Amino acid sequence: MSVLVGFDTRLVVQGMSGSTGAFHAKGAVEYGTRVVAGVTPGKGGTKVAGLEQIPMFDTVDEAVQQAGANTSVIFVPPPFAADAILEAAASGIELIITITEGIPARDMIRVKSVLDRDYPHVTTVGPNCPGVITPGQCKIGIMPGYIHKPGGVGVVSRSGTLTYEVVHQLSTIGLGQSTAIGIGGDPVKGMDFIEALALFADDPGTSAIFMIGEIGGSSEEEAAAFIKEHVKKPVAAFIGGQTAPPGKRMGHAGAIISGGKGAAKDKIAALEAAGIKVSPTPAEMARTLASIL
Amino acid sequence: MKIHEYQGKELLRKYGVPVPFGIPALSVEDALAAIPRVQKESGGDVVVVKAQIHAGGRGKAGGVKVARTRVDAEEAVKRIFGMTLVTPQTGPAGKKVQRLFVEQGLAIAKEYYLGMLLDRATGRVTVMASTEGGVDIEEVAATHPEKILKESVNPAVGWQDYQARRLAKRLAMTPAVTGELVKFLRLLTRCYEDMDCSMLEVNPLVVTQDGKVLALDAKINFDDNALYRHPELAEWRDPNEEDPQETAAKQWDLSYIALEGNIGCMVNGAGLAMSTMDIIKFYGGQPANFLDVGGGATTEKVTAAFKIITTDPAVKAIFVNIFGGIMKCDTIANGIIAAVKETGLSMPLVVRLEGTNVELGKKLLADSGLNILAAADMADGAQKAVAAVAALKGGAK
Repeated sequence: MSVLVGFDTRLVVQGMSGSTGAFHAKGAVEYGTRVVAGVTPGKGGTKVAGLEQIPMFDTVDEAVQQAGANTSVIFVPPPFAADAILEAAASGIELIITITEGIPARDMIRVKSVLDRDYPHVTTVGPNCPGVITPGQCKIGIMPGYIHKPGGVGVVSRSGTLTYEVVHQLSTIGLGQSTAIGIGGDPVKGMDFIEALALFADDPGTSAIFMIGEIGGSSEEEAAAFIKEHVKKPVAAFIGGQTAPPGKRMGHAGAIISGGKGAAKDKIAALEAAGIKVSPTPAEMARTLASIL
Repeated sequence: MKIHEYQGKELLRKYGVPVPFGIPALSVEDALAAIPRVQKESGGDVVVVKAQIHAGGRGKAGGVKVARTRVDAEEAVKRIFGMTLVTPQTGPAGKKVQRLFVEQGLAIAKEYYLGMLLDRATGRVTVMASTEGGVDIEEVAATHPEKILKESVNPAVGWQDYQARRLAKRLAMTPAVTGELVKFLRLLTRCYEDMDCSMLEVNPLVVTQDGKVLALDAKINFDDNALYRHPELAEWRDPNEEDPQETAAKQWDLSYIALEGNIGCMVNGAGLAMSTMDIIKFYGGQPANFLDVGGGATTEKVTAAFKIITTDPAVKAIFVNIFGGIMKCDTIANGIIAAVKETGLSMPLVVRLEGTNVELGKKLLADSGLNILAAADMADGAQKAVAAVAALKGGAK
């Protein structure tokens, strides 16, 4: 069992003719993901080298109607990404995973407003995220597939490469993953910790959860309260940026300690108060989870 | 991206937002010459001399002077220009004042706080207002959160006048001042939206004794992700406000922040880069920087990143920590090799590679003949880098 993606996923890659889109579409195909279509406006009917078996369309609508796509992954450059997300939603895609980094906040504010109002049934992940993977079934995004192993740990993370770090550690000590969800590091995003935690809490295939947060915002504090109330499975966590200076944006647009808010120590305190075990260093994430199983 | 107060006010004026008359100056001479011009234009003797640095807390640090006479103003210009201001936001080293803003003094009846920023919890821009103007708003937020009033902007319709009227009522403004605030906020919110601001703070917003509403200060940050829509903002960059390495990093679209330590870090991904800093500190070392080379880096970009780290004179060892996803390990390896060929390598280099194309990356580094300390994982790498710096210190004794 798993959440969000699996054997039923029929993927369309928006921006498949670009070099990044093509590279990771190939990675998905090699992993066994059912990639049913590619979309790049103006490239309908063409072939992408190495992906000749996958039909290219001009619109997502065609990918849904003609190839049966139900999930989209977006590799479209930032200036066009908001348009691509809304196109996917308007075309009947149920799950939209946006990998693109650097989308202006103003664009995402508008996108979120439209999605909340007009497409409440659509689930979005990202932007600026590594994607979602259910090991052994379906890989969508930019994560290296080989580090994952099927199993029972649900992983949810604001950081891309830290997700790989914890997955690698988990696999190394023999703890497989049900699904790993990268929710991304932007301030305005689709799925947040709480939605992901709720999915894992209800998933019979998930027996424990690892959560990776970072400085900035208050999502981790809200997640801690949610876990205390609703999650009965063991949860361990790590917070990145414990030594980050205030007022400096640490790469992610969302990762900034400002106005005295968003510091790692407050997040760690909130998590520990909710009974969640927090890993002291990024090298001990998997061992920390193992210690409470 | 941050800009100076005088630039922020120039932008506000462009949008019709009322601001006091003022003249920016890049030298003492220009600032002295500005004093009589500001007095003449405003029709009053009082001028305010304000240090222009990007950090807040200037007033408390002695960087703002209200001068009642020309002589007082001249004295203030000479005193403030060139002084080093230390505020909670500058760090202990402080910031040298190299720009001044000479502005008309106003007869102020009342001061308020007004701010706009993105509320992450709702995914909407929020306008905040408070009667506690001109003071440290973060302290107000901590001690009296009920004194900060909020109105969020609905992206479907934008800011509405009723929201300004509601704020004015709760701020106990008179009907005449309410009308002024409605106009003020209509223009301010348009500026925020059009210009892709990420923060716009007017602290204080003032009502003058003759009932006018003006922005007495303006602190504006722009969304870095949206700068491509506003190429004209590039000329407002102030290189004196930026670390030279950070400026170089920007040219290569690298995310770099200078820190106080001596272990240079090159990492992919913001979360891993932050955690690399954390783990270096955990093992007793001090990171010299935060550097995220990003996902789609080319060999050239990695080479540039490596050079930026090595040009920081404080760096005594380098720790490269890569978990390749979108970033391929062979790209990193080739970038390191090219950089070292170009500039040489005079310090210990610890490399931890994992992820996409890891075997190819490791082989490239092994075949290069470079003296690299390979790390098994990030804990091992951090410990090796910390030990390398400690060994250097021991050798120097």
